[in-house]
Amino acid sequence: MRVVIVGAGQVGSSIAASLDADHEVVVIDNDADRVESLTYSLDVLTIEGDGASLATLREAEIEDADLLIASTDDDETNIVACATAKTASDAFTVARVKRTNYLDTWQEAGGAFGVDFMVCTNLLAAETMVRVIGLPAAQDVDVFAEGRVVMAEFCVPEGSPVAGRTVAEADHFPELTFAAILRDGDIVIPTGESSIEVGDELIVIGTPENARTFAGDLAPGRDEDSKDIVIVGGSEIAVEAARLLEDRGLHPRLVERDPDRARELAEQLAGTTVMASDATDREFLQREHIGDADVVIAALGSDEKNLLATLLASRIGVPRTVALVETAEYTDLFEAVGVGAAINPREATAEEIIRLTRDGRTENVAIVDHDRAEVLEIEIGEDSVLAGRPIRESAADLPTRVTIGAITRNGEFVTPRGDTVVEVGDHVVVFAETEAIDTVASQI
Amino acid sequence: MAVRVDLRTTASLLGTVLKGLAWPLGVLALVALGYGESPVPFAAPLVPSVVLGEGLERLERGDTGPREAFLLVALAWLSVALVGSIPFVLAGTGVLAHPVNALFESMSGITTTGATVILAFEVHSRSILLWRSVLQWLGGLGILVLAVGLLSRLSVSGAQLMETETQTRNVTKLTPRIAGTARLLGGLYVGLTALLVLVLLGLRVVGMAPNMGPYNAVAHALTTVSTAGFSPEPASVGAFSPAVQWVVILFMIVGATNFVLLYYLAHGDPSRLRESEEFRFYLAILASATGLIVAALAFEEGVSGLDTVRHAVFQAVSIFTTTGYATVDFDAWPPLARHVLLIGMFVGGMAGSTTCSIKTLRWLVVAKAFRRDLFTAIHPEAIRPIRLSGRPIDEGTIRDVYTYTLVSVVIFAFLTVFVIVDAARVGLALGEFEAMGAAASTFLNIGPAFGIAGPYGSYESFPVSTKLVMIVLMWVGRIEIVPVLVLFTAAFWRS
Repeated sequence: MRVVIVGAGQVGSSIAASLDADHEVVVIDNDADRVESLTYSLDVLTIEGDGASLATLREAEIEDADLLIASTDDDETNIVACATAKTASDAFTVARVKRTNYLDTWQEAGGAFGVDFMVCTNLLAAETMVRVIGLPAAQDVDVFAEGRVVMAEFCVPEGSPVAGRTVAEADHFPELTFAAILRDGDIVIPTGESSIEVGDELIVIGTPENARTFAGDLAPGRDEDSKDIVIVGGSEIAVEAARLLEDRGLHPRLVERDPDRARELAEQLAGTTVMASDATDREFLQREHIGDADVVIAALGSDEKNLLATLLASRIGVPRTVALVETAEYTDLFEAVGVGAAINPREATAEEIIRLTRDGRTENVAIVDHDRAEVLEIEIGEDSVLAGRPIRESAADLPTRVTIGAITRNGEFVTPRGDTVVEVGDHVVVFAETEAIDTVASQI
Repeated sequence: MAVRVDLRTTASLLGTVLKGLAWPLGVLALVALGYGESPVPFAAPLVPSVVLGEGLERLERGDTGPREAFLLVALAWLSVALVGSIPFVLAGTGVLAHPVNALFESMSGITTTGATVILAFEVHSRSILLWRSVLQWLGGLGILVLAVGLLSRLSVSGAQLMETETQTRNVTKLTPRIAGTARLLGGLYVGLTALLVLVLLGLRVVGMAPNMGPYNAVAHALTTVSTAGFSPEPASVGAFSPAVQWVVILFMIVGATNFVLLYYLAHGDPSRLRESEEFRFYLAILASATGLIVAALAFEEGVSGLDTVRHAVFQAVSIFTTTGYATVDFDAWPPLARHVLLIGMFVGGMAGSTTCSIKTLRWLVVAKAFRRDLFTAIHPEAIRPIRLSGRPIDEGTIRDVYTYTLVSVVIFAFLTVFVIVDAARVGLALGEFEAMGAAASTFLNIGPAFGIAGPYGSYESFPVSTKLVMIVLMWVGRIEIVPVLVLFTAAFWRS
């Protein structure tokens, strides 16, 4: 497959990285340095130029391309790039946008602007935040098989009752699989005897109910529903998050410093109490009892401010904090210094676009630990190595560092055990390290 | 310093209004001939109003800015009241022969107030009594056109609010042109009036309204849809059968509903009316007022079945919609019922209807803004836009609403004091409650009040000076205060 990617930022390059092994990838960017660094790091053709101009797209041989991914940081450029590509090619076009109003138009019109698929960064980031809030103590949550399966990433907190136990002791759940442990930068595929230590990051795959109960085991006392949610900052992502929370019947509070922007937000968000104040004003925080909130979400303009806001919230007693992080490299750092969950808006976007680029069977993708591993949802076909065999037998044919986390059959959850026979049409959710992904995807 | 108002343009537009008066005057002259009465009271003012109107209309017409529009609105109501009083003076029957009484009656008509100086109805000819109704109908039509056409362009708060409430981006733009919109709503108004005439005559045909002749059907239809309240019958709507009274109740409620919403309803879109927060608020207020009055009457006199309910509903609807008909002498009601009616005078119907007073839309905004203030007293940083039917309204509009409501109450208070003092000056026995009622009823354009100005009384016995002040305040109140008071500011006349 020939893929043209416009924009070599974080989203563009992570998509390129996940595709370069098996596909012809052309990356267009107008930044010379980025183009150069990508030339050396990935096996792709790079072109320096304006991805929205027909001449540049022709240079990338758009006529022969099967897929165009427009993922610059500018919504309009992405939309124009798709529309331009459509004039010269039949390639499937994917545009990444930030603002939801383009997505609304696109959805309402049943496709518009020559864009075949539109991915909205703000909406996806907000959805991720709301999902993470929904599961206590989680750092990342992704859903598969229409919500019947979740992948959750937990950090084992200090004093957790689970710390020091083995996986076999901790896992008394019928519908939960411990897919991986991330420890000191290594990925450990756990066996029953593997012990769980403070500071480990656990990747579990299973039903939402079991994941939830496990979260309660991991961090007792935090498993009640998060009702009182405070959003700090009035960014577009904050608006989307507030809207999603409103849809769930919650009444979040939103703190925005600029009175005009606050007024604008208050008009948009009927179910949210908008306050115009500086979220670092201690007197304000006390008067409004922000310390009593269940969760504080920091969605301000910059990573540093988000870090400060969440740390301050923790100090005044907020049990859970979620911060938006624009720079992907900071996510670990944030979580290390005490931010409950650091969410990178571009990660969700890349996940969504990569899902598209995989062949027809891959239904969903979650990126784990900066693309060192992925969780995939795959529909089992006739030629799959898993089809018609117990997992114990087929496991030998799969690469080593792969875990089958969950199976759904006709909408029902099936716990994968050694003697489980996988059938054609099943959806399996597998954890795999990135280097094994392409093999896994082709075998299953 | 040069006057910055384009007086020529204003005069020219006023000329068109005066010329337009030829139609109703002409029709009334024919009606008078038909009844074998003298057509002179109507024919005589017809000629000068056409000549003067034609003359003014020929003046050079420039662009109509806010200043010209304010001046036009103020002068239009004043001059139509003046011309409208001429037939009363020329007919020279009863109390109407006195020019101040005639002007009072005419101003009360064109402002759809319904306060009358007449006590002895039988001395007046049919055509003169019909002229009162026609004036009110014209006043109702005028206020509809004013509400959609001019007030919105003049940024008077009510119109902007109405746009939010009716969920119309711009009420003046049901059609791309203001004239088109005015025609649509005017057509709806004419249609409703015609419908009521037919319904009333229909009741007579089926034998449910034996004394409802064509004359009364027309006279009452004209003053019901315009929520105005003049009746040629000394007993008002009390002269007719219960069936007629129920029909009149329904049409008073319709007349007090926002005509933009009625327009959508007439075009098969009831959703806007259903979703209108003001409509629900308005109905809730009417229902609770009726409930209170029924309770008061039942407590005092015992329930006499459906009659008590009908009288309670009728009086509540009549006063709250600023119509001013009566079916019983509510002045004789127990204190609770009478005071509910006095308070009701300040409520009015929906914005964008033919009703007067402060209107339910403003009260709804005041209530919401005050509730917001209570919230922000505890959470000073909270920003809570006020929403109407789910859509936010801007703070400037809320301030205008507060101001308007406060100014209305202040003017009412001053007028009350004046009425009391002036009555004392001439030795007229007038209680404070009666004075409050008369002040509210005239300034807020309801019509009847209590005591001497009660539903079966008249304003004739008030001193001439009081009547003159009331004439001015009916005028001020009807066109929403601003267009008149703005004329008394220096800024209006200078650059």
